[in-house]
Amino acid sequence: MSLQLIKRGRVALKNQIIIKLAAVVMAFAAIAVFLLFMKQNPLLVYKEIFTGSLSGAYNIRQTITKAIPICICGLGLSIAYKMNFWNIGAEGQMMIGAIGASIIGIFSPLSGPVGIVIMCLMGMIFGGAWAFLTAFFKVKWGTNETILTLMLNYIALKIVTYLQYVAWKDPAAMGFPKIADFPSEIRLPSIFGINIGWLIAITLTVIIYLYMKKSKLGYEAAVIGNSEATAKYIGMNTTKTILITIFISGAICGLAGAIQASTVNRTLSTDFTQNAGNLAIIVAWVANLHPILIAVISVLFAALIQGSDTIQMSFAISPAISEIIQATVLFFVLGSEFFLKFRIKMRKHTGSKEEVKA
Amino acid sequence: MSFATEFISMIIVASIPLLLATVGEILSQKVGNMNLGVEGMMLLGAIGSFLTVYTTKNFFLGVLVGFLSGLAGALIYGFLTISLRANQVVTGLALTTFGTGVATVLGADVIGESVAEGVSKWSASIPIPLLSKIPVIGPAVFSQNIFTYFAYILAILAGVYLYKTTFGLNSTAVGEDPAVADASSINVSRHKYVLTLIGGGFAGLGGAYMSLIYVPSWTKDIITGRGWIAVALVIFAKWNPYYAILGATVFGGLSILSAWTNLSQSMTYIIDALPYLVTVIVLIFASISKSRKTGPKSLGVAYFKEER
Repeated sequence: MSLQLIKRGRVALKNQIIIKLAAVVMAFAAIAVFLLFMKQNPLLVYKEIFTGSLSGAYNIRQTITKAIPICICGLGLSIAYKMNFWNIGAEGQMMIGAIGASIIGIFSPLSGPVGIVIMCLMGMIFGGAWAFLTAFFKVKWGTNETILTLMLNYIALKIVTYLQYVAWKDPAAMGFPKIADFPSEIRLPSIFGINIGWLIAITLTVIIYLYMKKSKLGYEAAVIGNSEATAKYIGMNTTKTILITIFISGAICGLAGAIQASTVNRTLSTDFTQNAGNLAIIVAWVANLHPILIAVISVLFAALIQGSDTIQMSFAISPAISEIIQATVLFFVLGSEFFLKFRIKMRKHTGSKEEVKA
Repeated sequence: MSFATEFISMIIVASIPLLLATVGEILSQKVGNMNLGVEGMMLLGAIGSFLTVYTTKNFFLGVLVGFLSGLAGALIYGFLTISLRANQVVTGLALTTFGTGVATVLGADVIGESVAEGVSKWSASIPIPLLSKIPVIGPAVFSQNIFTYFAYILAILAGVYLYKTTFGLNSTAVGEDPAVADASSINVSRHKYVLTLIGGGFAGLGGAYMSLIYVPSWTKDIITGRGWIAVALVIFAKWNPYYAILGATVFGGLSILSAWTNLSQSMTYIIDALPYLVTVIVLIFASISKSRKTGPKSLGVAYFKEER
């Protein structure tokens, strides 16, 4: 007897959801074992994460606020991933976008609605340009975009560090290395006590959904994602499509950076992204690049983070438990995809050789 | 000890965690597995070895657990990407998140604690006869702690394995074209698993070096991007463990330069960014001149036998 793998065709959406949900349940079961090992009651911990994030107006507002940058970056990344372009540089694009936003928000006299719009546009242009760099080298010489976007994240971080500690250090902060705050007139207004980033995120979700389903650019990007050779063969201008798509991808992440720095963090600092750019990679992947699922899963991941922040008070456990949970959920979801892609067949070793080549 | 000697000695100490992690990642990438979880595996190694030494006061057991902790991280990665054909980039990033979380949670109670007195004797330097008598360089290079010598030996062994043994050449063949390797009856999965796991173990050792020798106490920001520099160093070293020794020394030197010299503040930030800038430049030039090798051909791609 031996095992044989056979590729499956398309799996019905219902079965996909069942398998992925089963993976999530198993992930939480695995973490429960870890929590028991830490001498904690997993059920109480899970309950606390839930109530700390999704019960009560304050907690829900915190959760949504945390979900906004994850969702926006996830949407931005998804259009790159659809094209099979491994943009893992959302963190860097957020930072450079926030630098663009700071130029308007902190260092220009612009304010009010016009100022806010221009600030957000600057964030998008800066973030888009940062991502465009990688796309340019990719289409021109085939440079590996995964490593390049990754390295650019760290270069962006060093630029922000330099700005915070030297070039833009606020003289009014009495030697403390911080950049001046965004004036309150240029922060995004709030609706229901949450900054309107949530409205922007929902709007973007719809736009990206339509972009993927209906637009020519989205269609072309999907074809390139399937096979760049095919795309070229049927006469597409793949270079143009890749450059534009990645500019948009980076611009969306830059927008997330502009919102996060100006309105949530209220200044540009080295840690303002709160790791949203990296979380967005996980979210986009778990959501299977589906825009609506990205929005939903962003909220769930944000709830996990918010809830984990609160368990520290009731349990002797670090909020970093949320990182373990995030990673474990992703491990199980990644593993579960195997069962969507392949069927396992038991095979007796009596058959002829031809049978092996399924 | 003269300033030059002390400076060179510090460069070497700073380079060892990078060297171990880089050689580990080279082994993994040589069989086609780009593991972006280096940072996470180093953190697993750092906390595993630290907690072991903290409780048992046994240095060697700590080093062993450091190795095994990194290896355990790589096992998750290997099972998902090799057996279950999961996406390598996402799996690696998840492993980094995992390692960060585990190290932070398990290390919460020992923040600021130091490695026990009796254990720190292992970080004492052991002069090599004759060689350590060479002026300036001798006491810096040939009067290091035992872990440092061990790291160099591992790097050289990795090179010998890859270039001089049949097994190693087979491993390289797996990374270049698994289908061809498979057809010449090389066990693709076994090569992928063994090198990926050992690679993770090396990263774990790099983490152990940080928490047992370099720092040597516990802080949750103990690795601070060294894993990512190792990923960069793989490219800088052109997937060659011998070049990795040189590369790690250069990058290790850069990492302590600002603390040791009287540079202007602006200059220190540029130096901090240099490892990444240099990698970007190397990466771009490597892709421009196609003649230069840009890594194993099947890097990042899962192997599905039935598609052969």
